[in-house]
This record gives sequence, C-alpha cells and structure tokens, in this order.
Amino acid sequence: MVAISLEAVPRLWRLARIEYDPARRRPVLLYPEGAVLLNETGRAILELVDGTRSVARIAAELSERYQTDVTEDVTEYLSRLAERELIQ
Amino acid sequence: MTNERPTTLLAELTHRCPLHCPYCSNPIDLLRAEREIGTEDWKRVFTQARELGVLQLGLSGGEPMIRKDLEELAAHARGLGLYSTLVTSGLGLTRKRAEALRDAGLEHVQISIQDSDPESAERIAGTSSVKQKQAAIALVKELGFAFSINVVLHRANLDRVGEIIDMAADYGADRLELANTQYYGWGLRNRAALMPRREQVVRAKEIAEERIQRYKGRMQMLFVLPDYFEDTPKACYGGWGRFYIVVSPDGKALPCHGAYVIDSLEMPNVREHSMEWIWHESPAFNAFRGDSWVKEPCPGGPDKAETAGGCRCQAMALTGDATNADPVCSRSPYRYLIDAALLESEGPAEYVYRQVPAAPAAVPETV
Repeated sequence: MVAISLEAVPRLWRLARIEYDPARRRPVLLYPEGAVLLNETGRAILELVDGTRSVARIAAELSERYQTDVTEDVTEYLSRLAERELIQ
Repeated sequence: MTNERPTTLLAELTHRCPLHCPYCSNPIDLLRAEREIGTEDWKRVFTQARELGVLQLGLSGGEPMIRKDLEELAAHARGLGLYSTLVTSGLGLTRKRAEALRDAGLEHVQISIQDSDPESAERIAGTSSVKQKQAAIALVKELGFAFSINVVLHRANLDRVGEIIDMAADYGADRLELANTQYYGWGLRNRAALMPRREQVVRAKEIAEERIQRYKGRMQMLFVLPDYFEDTPKACYGGWGRFYIVVSPDGKALPCHGAYVIDSLEMPNVREHSMEWIWHESPAFNAFRGDSWVKEPCPGGPDKAETAGGCRCQAMALTGDATNADPVCSRSPYRYLIDAALLESEGPAEYVYRQVPAAPAAVPETV
C-alpha cells in the first residue's frame, strides 16, 4: 500500500456519498455497487475531506480536537481509502 | 434467524426486454406483463428492505425502462436513502426519461454492451441495438450520472476483451464490469454455444490485468473469472441469505437470481410476507445459512469456510440436489459434469434466444 502524502489534498470520489444508516445506527459511505460502514474516527476524518484541506491540515485539526497526535491514524485511514479509489 | 443484515436488493422489475441475449440470468420461464407486481408493492418492498438494512438497490429486469413507473420507484428509493443503480440495455432511455430519472435522484446507470464489434454485438443481443446504446451512453454522460458498463464474456467476444475495455474507456465509463458467463437460466440452456476455450480465458485475463493498471484512476475495472475454470467453487454472494435479496417481477423473494431452479424450496412472495419475515423467518432464506447442511466431501475441508459450500443453485442445476457440493469443487464426485461441459467449447455456436412467451391464443369463438 502506498501511503498518502501529507501535502495531498484529498477529496471524496465523485460517485461516493456519506449517508446515515438508521438500521445499523452508523454512517456509511455509499458508492456504485458498494458500501463502507464508518466508525466515529472514519466519519470525523471524512467530514474534513473536502478537496481544500491537505492531509496535514486534517491531521492537525483532529489532533487538536482529540488532544493527541493522530497523524498516523489519519494517513493510514486515508491511504486505505485511496487504495480502494474511494478518495482521490 | 440471522444477525446479519442484507446490504443489497436486486429488484427484477420485469422480464420483458427488447434484447434476447442467450446468457440471460433470468429463468427459462419468463413472466409476461400481467404477472408483474404493482408500483405500490415495489415501494413497500423498498421501504421494508431499507428498514432491514439494505443500502444498495439494483433496478433491473429484463429491461427496467419498460416499466412506466420506474421514475416513481427511483424517487421513492432515493427518498429512503438507498443508492440506486439502473441496470439497463440502454434501449428506451430517451432524453425525457433520463432527465426524469436524474430529477428523481437516480445516481448510477449501468449499461450493457455485448461486444466491441457491432455486427457481433447485434448477433449476441439478437436484435439491432448498437446505435440506441451509443445514444443512451451519450445521455448518461451528459446528465452526469455515475456510469458503469457491464459486459458478459463468452466464446464469441472474449478474444476482443482488449478492444472492449478500450471502448468502455473511450465512452467515459467510471466503472467496467467484465463478467464471464455464469451458467444459470438461459446461460445454462446456451452453455455449449457460450463456453470459451481455456486459452481464450487465460489470454483475456492477462489482457484485463494489464488494462486494469493502464486505466487505474480513470476507470475502475472488475474482471470476474468463470468458475468452471477453477478448482474451488465461488462463495455465493458471500453465502446464502447473508447480504443479498432478489425480488422477481411477480414478487418472489430469492436469496440469489439463480435460486429459481431450487424447486424444493418455496420462495416467499412479497405480496404475502414482509421483508423482515422473509429475511429472518422464511424457510427458503434459512435453508442454507451457516454450514450445518453441507454434505461430503466438504465437512472439515479447508475450503468450507471460505466458499460457504459453493453455489447452491449450481449444485441444484447440475446435480439435481441443492445440498450437494458445488460440482465446480475438484473434490466433488460430480466434477466430471464440469469437465465435460468445458469440452463443449468445441461445438457449434447456435444460440437459443431469450424470449418472453407470446400471449396464449384466444379461444376461437364458436359460431
């Protein structure tokens, strides 16, 4: 897996959207023929993936919010989604 | 009972279709229009499916564009938060209807392509269709839908898989599904005419893998291998009654679109039962859950958990008993049936075209 760079400015795949799933009581990322259930961390990260913030800035904002350095978690999570082409 | 929630509903809105593809997964006994359930039935099914946890909806057929209530059904699905895919031949997708579907909130359109060579494409479809498909694709792109192309691969088009992939990329497809024929329904009826030679499959796989890399980031590609050429059966949608529900045009709920053949099970009808009951309680959906039903040679086998016993519909269609091991398995005593079928690739390629039966002739009046 290729790690996403801190300077990259990710955005959600054009064809994907986030929906709340009342049956599972979880947010879910929906796209053609697929779905990914999101946990709280995933949702917090994806809410900041807007095509203007860099990975570094997303990590900084979340690190401040959670009062701990989450840079590694953020890059790993986004790298995994990038591998599946769910973010670009 | 199961703790799992279904994720996908395939709504086969109609069996009627302008195309006559010989590999169609619909059952041999195609239903005529008067057997189809109504708009309110479908809306109720979508609502109940959503409550059950379904996230993805396939609006399929036959040709779903034939249903005049398609726009209303798409709007209802979007209102429920479902992600809908229209699975269409492209025929009947006029500008007016495409715009209405977009306004209804439909997100994804999947158009079938038979071949890159127009003459071959029309021979496979059994009708003139290439120009209409090109027009439909242009509309889908113009209106900004998520756009997939799906191609069923078999002996007559496998050698052009490279051209087919390049054509899909030129059309601007976001996704391309290349699925080797699965032998159910009409596909099984036409197996001898569709069966590819092994070297065709091997070569096509190499070409597809090269193109997957070439088009990475531009077009997502899925290449589904034909299970007849493998030694291990495919897990049926991750297992019977785990993620998937099919509802037929007359309202029968099935765990798989091939499950029509399992006549020992009575498939529950959405006109008589809720989706909740169908999923959790119906004998049909519980019949092959878990693995306690698996017979020799599977128990204790290393592949059991992975493949969940293989495909029940294939076991039924080929061995006459849905509880047998999938004959694709190299340890099945019925594997010889698959090996014999592979030899059919040497035979002639005459298709039996898919056809909805004509209305029964009216009884002549006695004068």
